[in-house]
Amino acid sequence: MMNKIVIVGAGHGGVQAATSLREMGFEGTIQLIAEEAHLPYQKPPLSKGFLNGKQTEENLVFRHANYYAEQKIDLVLGEKIRELDPQSQQLTAVSGRVFSYDKLIIATGARNRTLPSEVAPNAFYLRDLTDAQRLRPALDAVDTVAVVGGGFIGLEVAACASEAGKKVTVLEVQDRLMARVLPPVLSDIFLKKHQEMGVEVILQARVSREVLSEYDLVVVGIGVMPNQELAESAGITCHNGIVVNEYQQTSQPNVYAIGDCASHFNRFAGKQCRLESVQNAVDQAKIAASHICQKPLAYDSVPWFWTNQFDLKLQMAGINSDYDSYAFRGDLGANKFSIFYFNREKLVAVDSLNRPADHLAARKLIQAGSTPTKEQVEDINVKLGAI
Amino acid sequence: MPHITYIEPNGTAKTYDLPLGASLMEGAVQNGVSGIVAECGGSCMCATCHIYVDEAFVELLPEMEEEENEMLDGATAERLPNSRLGCQVRATNKLEGLVVRIPSVQ
Repeated sequence: MMNKIVIVGAGHGGVQAATSLREMGFEGTIQLIAEEAHLPYQKPPLSKGFLNGKQTEENLVFRHANYYAEQKIDLVLGEKIRELDPQSQQLTAVSGRVFSYDKLIIATGARNRTLPSEVAPNAFYLRDLTDAQRLRPALDAVDTVAVVGGGFIGLEVAACASEAGKKVTVLEVQDRLMARVLPPVLSDIFLKKHQEMGVEVILQARVSREVLSEYDLVVVGIGVMPNQELAESAGITCHNGIVVNEYQQTSQPNVYAIGDCASHFNRFAGKQCRLESVQNAVDQAKIAASHICQKPLAYDSVPWFWTNQFDLKLQMAGINSDYDSYAFRGDLGANKFSIFYFNREKLVAVDSLNRPADHLAARKLIQAGSTPTKEQVEDINVKLGAI
Repeated sequence: MPHITYIEPNGTAKTYDLPLGASLMEGAVQNGVSGIVAECGGSCMCATCHIYVDEAFVELLPEMEEEENEMLDGATAERLPNSRLGCQVRATNKLEGLVVRIPSVQ
């Protein structure tokens, strides 16, 4: 008799798993354990609307406290789990509290990569609400800001700080911005936008203590690593993330992993990978819940991501790491266009800059395995949704 | 603080007192109203907080930005003249008594 589910981590994935279990009819005990003391909240606005003051903590909360009570979800705040024993099916918290489970969902997310403290002794990082609550007033109090890392988080912070009137310098070690995920044409557009708005961007930058000491405040955004140690030390297979099958099961079948910390085979990427996104966390949560409720669905969602910087809104559907041709749709000069990527004449990904309708259509096309012709892509009078 | 009534896809009506400035999407999701997905958490990115606004209130709402307009074209349920994205409409005192209907698919 399977009666008790414990979920470790209350980010997008953990909260969705609890909600989905109830929606799918699970009637046993659900314990949702959060390391932070905050009511679970959304992370994407932390580097966008929350940082620039347009959104408050109240706006970020997923659900009010009474929702968890009504749904009989036992929300445990402020407990950091330090040990998992799969044999006795027990978790132990740093506080000493013990949680037993019949099925466990690990949704521990990822943590920031850091610079050595001798290079960046007083650097700020941005991952959770506490980080954002510290960073916001600190930014208010300074004039010059160095952002180390020209990826999504770094550039979103740079844009917010610049809009708040700060003199911002971005230090990126590679030769273009967001090089891991974007083609050169988009890197260039973002570079020009940041420069136009007064942000100094240094590419192929050397980052040292001397360089950073010239700025009032340093923010570092150089990527994340998966929080897999809880699983790893319990003997669960990990390799750049906790390895899971298409139902989110780890090498211990009654232990699931979802979201940023889970490594899965993704057919849209054509490889084993970890995805750091809301979409992935939420959709994998539903898959784990469906498996637990014995209504199993296999994970098969088109990955999608987004970033907002100044007036540029970029939405990415699919994975554009492997393509042999592409086509443009829309107006390049006006920063309002999409790039459709093809691999062996099959549509694999679409990046949409200020073209939200293209993005929605692209997700449907990629999910269905439909490929428009390049002529259809280039002709904005052709409705892509109708293909 | 305005009272907003949500009619869930199955016809159940639920009324909440929304804090000024909260979006209609937040008011629904935070209170556990069903039928609003809000995949992107209110960034006007996903068109899964599609709602139909009571006709009498359509004129009282803030004008739609181009972005919202384009996203609504891609929404799963039929777009009607009173369609909006819940994340783009914030609670104001003018909206006291507003009734919104939630489509059966997002």
